[in-house]
Amino acid sequence: MESDNERERAVESFKAFMMKNSTKTNLNLYDHLVQMLTKIMDERPENAVDVIEDMSLDLKRSILQEKQDTLRDSPSSSAALLLAEQQKSLFSQGVDDGDHEEELVDSPLPNVGELAFFFEQAGVGLGREETQRVFLALKQLVDTQRVQRCRFWGKILGTQSNYLVAEVEFREGEGEEEEGTEETHEDEEKEEETHEAQNESEMVEAADPPPKSTYKPPPIVPREENHTGVNKFTYFVCQEPGMPWVRLPFVIPAQITVARQIRKFFTGRLDAPVVSYPPFPGNEANYLRAQIARISAGTHVSPVGFYHFEEDEGEDEEVRDTFEENPDFEGIHVNEMVESLNLWVHHVQHILTQGRCVWINLTKKSGEDLDEDAEEEDHEEEADEPEPETGPPLLTPLSEDANINDTSPWSSMTSSNLIPQFCIAVVRSNLWPGAYAYVNGKKFGNIYIGWGMKYLGTAYTPVMPPQPQSEYPSGPEITEALDPTVEEEQALKAALEEQTADLEETEELEDDEEDED
Amino acid sequence: MDSDSLHYFVDLAAGDGLTLSGEQRASLQTSLVILQKNYKFSRVLFWGKILGIKCDYFIAQGIEEDEMKNKKTLYSLNCLDWHLLPPATDSMIADVEFAAEGRFTGDPSHEYQHTEMRTQGEGDETKEEEVTVKVNEESRLAVTVFNIDKDASVVPRGAFIKSPGGKVKTNLSFKGLHPTEAAKLRNYLHFREPVNLKMKSILEMADLNPAVDFLDPLSEDIPKGSWSLQFERGGTVCALRSLLWLGLTFFHIPQTPQHGYIYMGDGLLNLDLPFML
Repeated sequence: MESDNERERAVESFKAFMMKNSTKTNLNLYDHLVQMLTKIMDERPENAVDVIEDMSLDLKRSILQEKQDTLRDSPSSSAALLLAEQQKSLFSQGVDDGDHEEELVDSPLPNVGELAFFFEQAGVGLGREETQRVFLALKQLVDTQRVQRCRFWGKILGTQSNYLVAEVEFREGEGEEEEGTEETHEDEEKEEETHEAQNESEMVEAADPPPKSTYKPPPIVPREENHTGVNKFTYFVCQEPGMPWVRLPFVIPAQITVARQIRKFFTGRLDAPVVSYPPFPGNEANYLRAQIARISAGTHVSPVGFYHFEEDEGEDEEVRDTFEENPDFEGIHVNEMVESLNLWVHHVQHILTQGRCVWINLTKKSGEDLDEDAEEEDHEEEADEPEPETGPPLLTPLSEDANINDTSPWSSMTSSNLIPQFCIAVVRSNLWPGAYAYVNGKKFGNIYIGWGMKYLGTAYTPVMPPQPQSEYPSGPEITEALDPTVEEEQALKAALEEQTADLEETEELEDDEEDED
Repeated sequence: MDSDSLHYFVDLAAGDGLTLSGEQRASLQTSLVILQKNYKFSRVLFWGKILGIKCDYFIAQGIEEDEMKNKKTLYSLNCLDWHLLPPATDSMIADVEFAAEGRFTGDPSHEYQHTEMRTQGEGDETKEEEVTVKVNEESRLAVTVFNIDKDASVVPRGAFIKSPGGKVKTNLSFKGLHPTEAAKLRNYLHFREPVNLKMKSILEMADLNPAVDFLDPLSEDIPKGSWSLQFERGGTVCALRSLLWLGLTFFHIPQTPQHGYIYMGDGLLNLDLPFML
């Protein structure tokens, strides 16, 4: 009996010892052993004796970890993460409308993958992943906007960020901008303001009218209508694939004229001002649109015969501006395409000096002028009827393009010298460095990747400011003249006296004669 | 750009949209390895491509022991046969500046010619002489490559160190720039003999580490703004484009030691830069 008591006491004292909390970790051996053995009983690991030290350490660690969870994760918002999340939406499949058949048959989405494949053979491209992202971004554009045709136009580089450009053709009547009405409202407000100002100033002027200004600003060339000429296509830009596409406004001829005279890098922000001389009428979005129009007009080419004119056009004098695909086009062999440039034709209308594709006669506006000017107008019309500007008609071959300083404006080459059976013909523009076109049998494509600048051949010289205008007409009443000197006055006086003396003599003679008679 | 990692990174540095076609990449890989063995280079770099009117030139550079001195430049028309370019001397540079204008034609034996009336002699003995300078396209190529390297070759700060003996070597413990550092032009250096460094005041030199900062940083280039720094692919690749030599692209992946530059363009200096900024 006593040995049992002793044993019990020994057990209790040892248990008390085991339950003593450690001074360092506040754990006790008894609880730890209990937890460990419970865990082993539940899990029944293999070779438990080998893993027991690890389990013991894991248990101890798990107790500590719970105390550290009071800190919350700070939301990391690096630029990479933001862009990745935006681009993730590119990869989502979108709502299933059940119209899959329509999509497969008549999708306006261009085959960017094919374009990239052929251009890579020519050494032009953006890189595989980037091209894939561009493809998906175009698909997003096509799904959100109802377009008839879409094409990947290219990429324009800027100093702070770049632009990806998509060329889109809307059906007739669709895709009208809402900005048109806003502009007219602004104009009306401005007209009202000027009327008020005029009334006030007229009251002041009635007392002492200052001379009327003879300055007539040159008439503003009106812009071309949608779907014609320069504004045939609408362009959307975005900075990185996945960002929303922004529509570029229509281009007006004044912007094209000024864009031809300035040379500026793009910054990458559409609302950046374009500071230049002559002052550019618009901000970077307008400048971008003007350069896109110039590049398209100068470098979009196709093999001859791919497009042909419709056969309804009987009159030869009208400027042809529509064409359609030729269903009977049989591809031209690659070697021939490379050797002669007259097998390539432009399929975008040339932009005239006026800034439009179709010339408009500006001096015929006589309805709005006052009667005072009507006579002058008539004189002007009779004197110099401005000659209509003409440009090369649509579908002119490249061999007619002008040289720049003895270099031909286009370079052509095959993509590979080693495998001539499957190579493609590539044409590179020397006038707009960055514009490329390829042809492979029946397929062709155009792309522009560059800074958006023309190759001038010589250094750029900015336009000189005009001569200062004369402030007032110089007439005799305000021109200074030297006062006559004393000698001159005396000489004049002497001459006058002589004259009067002569006159008196003749009068006397006449009197004498009369008297004599 | 290192020829070993060419096909990984030529996509990243798709400078101005120009890349290499699959055939060119394959032939470059083969021929550059042979080139390295023939000339006993320690490293071969694919420098880039200069576009000519009829043909393009592919340029490679071979480095012997010192990274900065004695770089040999070679050119090829088809990525397979490489020809050594003569080193650019001062007289060659002066001749090319005088005579060559317009685009490269693509024919290495093409001669550029320029005549000018120069007055020589002094005082009463002035006589006008016609001075004709002829330069062939190979020399023009050599001088262009030399100029582009002088103006626009870029390396990140810390990638190269100068040993006490004066030799420039790659820094094996370069782990890449931190993303915040990679956004500053100060951390990119011109890889050429320093020009501005000696003119700095002692106060400025105190902050610099002579083993690492022995080159000119890009932030001191005139005109300011002649470099375009962009983060592409969602901020993972830092791309620097030169606006003075349009077509030079430098890329660096932050926090990795990967960097390189490549020039793909027509080899013309952008003299209109002050108007365009």
